[in-house]
Amino acid sequence: MAEYEQIDFDVVVIGAGGAGLRAAIEAKQRGLRAAIVCKSLLGKAHTVMAEGGAAAAMGNVWSEDNWKVHFRDTIRGGKMLGNWRMAQLHAQESPDRIHELEAWGALFDRTNDGRIHQRDFGGHRYARLAHVGDRTGLELIRTLQQRAVALDIDVFMETKILRLLKNPSGEVSGAVGYHRPTGKMMVFTAKSFVLATGGIGRSWKYSTNSWESTGDGHALALWAGADLIDMECLQFHPTGMVWPLSVRGLLVTEGVRGDGGILRNSEGQRFMFNYIPEVFAAETADNEAEADRWYEDHINNRRPPELLPRDEVARSINAEVKAGRGGPHGGVYLDIASRRSSEFIQRQLPSMYHQFKELAGVDITKEAMEVGPTCHYIMGGIRVEPDTAASTVPGLFAAGEVAGGLHGANRLGGNSLSDLLVFGRRAGMGASDYAESRTSVTTVDSTEIERIIDEARAPLAREGGENPYDLQRDLQETMQNLVGIIRTGSELTQALSEIDALKERVPNVSVNGGIAYNPGWNLATDLPSMLSVCTMVTMGAIERKESRGGHTRDDFPKADPALGKINFVQRINGSGECVVTPEPLPEMPDELKALLEEGAH
Amino acid sequence: MAEVVMRIWRGDSEGGEFQDFPTQVSEGEVVLDVVHRIQAEDAPDLACRWNCKAGKCGSCSAEINGLPHLMCMTRMDTLPTEEPVVIAPMKTFPIIRDLVTDVSFNYEMARRLPPFAPKEPGPDGTYRMQQIDVERGQEFRKCIECFMCQDICHVIRDHEENKEHYAGPRLFIRYMELESHPLDTNDRRELLREEMGLGYCNITKCCTEVCPEHIKITDNAIIPLKERVVDASYDPVAWLGRKILRRTKKTATEAANYRTDPKTVKASQ
Ligand SMILES: Cc1cc2nc3c(=O)[nH]c(=O)nc-3n(C[C@H](O)[C@H](O)[C@H](O)COP(=O)(O)OP(=O)(O)OC[C@H]3O[C@@H](n4cnc5c(N)ncnc54)[C@H](O)[C@@H]3O)c2cc1C
Ligand code: SF4
Ligand code: SF4
Ligand code: FES
Repeated sequence: MAEYEQIDFDVVVIGAGGAGLRAAIEAKQRGLRAAIVCKSLLGKAHTVMAEGGAAAAMGNVWSEDNWKVHFRDTIRGGKMLGNWRMAQLHAQESPDRIHELEAWGALFDRTNDGRIHQRDFGGHRYARLAHVGDRTGLELIRTLQQRAVALDIDVFMETKILRLLKNPSGEVSGAVGYHRPTGKMMVFTAKSFVLATGGIGRSWKYSTNSWESTGDGHALALWAGADLIDMECLQFHPTGMVWPLSVRGLLVTEGVRGDGGILRNSEGQRFMFNYIPEVFAAETADNEAEADRWYEDHINNRRPPELLPRDEVARSINAEVKAGRGGPHGGVYLDIASRRSSEFIQRQLPSMYHQFKELAGVDITKEAMEVGPTCHYIMGGIRVEPDTAASTVPGLFAAGEVAGGLHGANRLGGNSLSDLLVFGRRAGMGASDYAESRTSVTTVDSTEIERIIDEARAPLAREGGENPYDLQRDLQETMQNLVGIIRTGSELTQALSEIDALKERVPNVSVNGGIAYNPGWNLATDLPSMLSVCTMVTMGAIERKESRGGHTRDDFPKADPALGKINFVQRINGSGECVVTPEPLPEMPDELKALLEEGAH
Repeated sequence: MAEVVMRIWRGDSEGGEFQDFPTQVSEGEVVLDVVHRIQAEDAPDLACRWNCKAGKCGSCSAEINGLPHLMCMTRMDTLPTEEPVVIAPMKTFPIIRDLVTDVSFNYEMARRLPPFAPKEPGPDGTYRMQQIDVERGQEFRKCIECFMCQDICHVIRDHEENKEHYAGPRLFIRYMELESHPLDTNDRRELLREEMGLGYCNITKCCTEVCPEHIKITDNAIIPLKERVVDASYDPVAWLGRKILRRTKKTATEAANYRTDPKTVKASQ
């Protein structure tokens, strides 16, 4: 019989990034018994790496800004695929959430009149990102962490959740996991659960994401019967480091372009002027002089094409390199050195300065950086009800990167950090309401728990099987090569069969060593979620026969207006098969539609 | 490509030993790359922490050739290769396995800190602060909690018993951050002197030297804190002056109780 420790709460939040912390704070402030479970130490979640800032239409730098413009930018940037209600709530509530952080001790950079400073970013009409230099994620996570500590929230660090459990009436009631330092198995029971597990980028070879981003939350939801939407919509950030090879994929913040940096090819040409798409032509400068004037005067000039939404910039870089106009390491040049003073760069972008200096031996105040696209963010995710963040399974809520809908087919920079705060809080409210009104039992089935534990521990008992690292590497190759930035039908079908072949290898994985802090074993337990999630991304990519936002099909290079009204819903059906079903997007009310018109503000 | 021997500590709280891994190093690699390759190819159970691989999360701290460093920011080509590169876990904290240590001491000390307690916002419900006033605090908020300053500090590195009543440099900068925060109203000085062991620090500056964020821990936090604490306890006139000027500051006991009293925590929402 497998041994485990069982603990009961009202609300259990899985994940300690911005979304999870904010959700738990909400539940605890309501007086509920709330706990947080996370795979790393507190304060180390992916959110800590966010650089550029959090988007909120506070209007501190440009008083013309307001929630309506932010709403419009988000929906248009998302290529019309976003959920209108989420985009509305997000645009309306972000300013309050940022101010709230100040009341909890955050110290944002200031404007001359003492308000929170806001910086320019791609796709945002006005300077809108509240920031602290280029370490905004650290400020956000530390503030929430310190708030959580002040409220005395129980945190189970370095604990990985493997599966969710339901009670006989189908409500999520428990979660099984293990404590990584000791290997001890744990069962959490609660009246409601919030998934805030972040992204999936670890399954690609070149990615900005950490080891934690294995898509566990997407998989936990899927296995529990919840719907996912639009998993094919994956963002490749245009500017990742390309050299040295060991840091390939590491993020170079969009703040470099927001603060004046420009892109050039190996011929020295500012090539983004050649890639301005029709929909953004009216608001994008078509010559260098106007683009350069824009930094000082947003009203009378149009924005530089380097600040088009990320999908456009990433595809353009890809095309330049393919056409033979790339640098020696397969990237293009990002130049801020010739455009801004050394002091300005070191003040605005201190961590970029250090990152290049220390890892690549490049002084960005003197030379251009070589950059290329890198797997960054999943727009798709768990289907949620906008106001409450409820998933389609009772008792289960989701917020942050793991939830789908807000960003449509492409996320604007800075919209994630504000998303975490707005919907983290709403998930905390939704989960608390649910917990307070729930009357049914949170009984969980001990034979099911034992089966989960046995399965998780099986690789430790097996001998002479495959190394989990080999499987991970093969999956990363498959996804990078076949489900990357530019996709085609035949390659996607091949990817699906390669993923299936990898799934067959999982039951043969073996790891040596013990149960305490064993990364090989930990990885073995991540593989099932990675494979489930990659299946969904690939299946969605096969179904979406068009190019939209982060999803680009070589064989269907145009957007199909009919598919722009469709969410691809992904779930496991009654017979255990993964299925993808097209469903109409919720219809946007007319008064919001009117906001999307050019010149509506 | 250079040939290097990585000498990595393997073991747990019961004991252990160094194990040698001969390996090839490619251009531009950092210590963490090499450790990851050893994990993937030779020792999948080799325990280490990491998240960002860019010096931003403070997870990968270890002692490289005897000094604390972030493994992800230490380039192999900065280390001598004739001798084995020795990688050991941080000494000040109990070992869990291999390079992973139990850093809960730091989290416990953070828990004991009376939290941020802001004054009332302005009429529009928001706060105004000048850049120059937030910069002091921002220096300390750059801390990535790598705990390498705590590791190197002799007060706890060589004296386990001091951990009961010594917050350490990481927390001293947190106290200073709040002390200089334009909005905070809590007074933690008495607590700092009596229970957080500020007096044990004899300003060796070792902590400042290892800080990967180049925070001037001693000059900008510890020394000014020592001055303020002395003010608070030995100079009743100056102290009273401060009290009057900053009337909203609380006493140590009030401050300590603040955290656990849901009423006051609520009030700061
Ligand atoms: C380098 C970089 C820079 C970025 N910069 C910006 C920016 O400037 N602005 C912006 O808006 N966005 C930015 N983003 C995106 C943004 O940071 C992320 O989308 C966001 O932080 C995700 O937050 P989250 O709370 O959803 O999850 P995360 O912060 O990813 O946290 C996930 C949490 O879930 C836990 N977890 C996962 N699986 C399990 C499991 N099975 N059991 C238990 N716990 C689990 C993890 O341990 C972790 O605590 C950036 C991203 C990167 C990588
Ligand atoms: S200066 Fe003080 S805190 Fe820093 S290492 Fe020396 S004794 Fe420790
Ligand atoms: S002060 Fe510096 S050395 Fe100490 S924990 Fe923070 S970042 Fe690390
Ligand atoms: S891995 Fe984040 S600091 Fe080294």
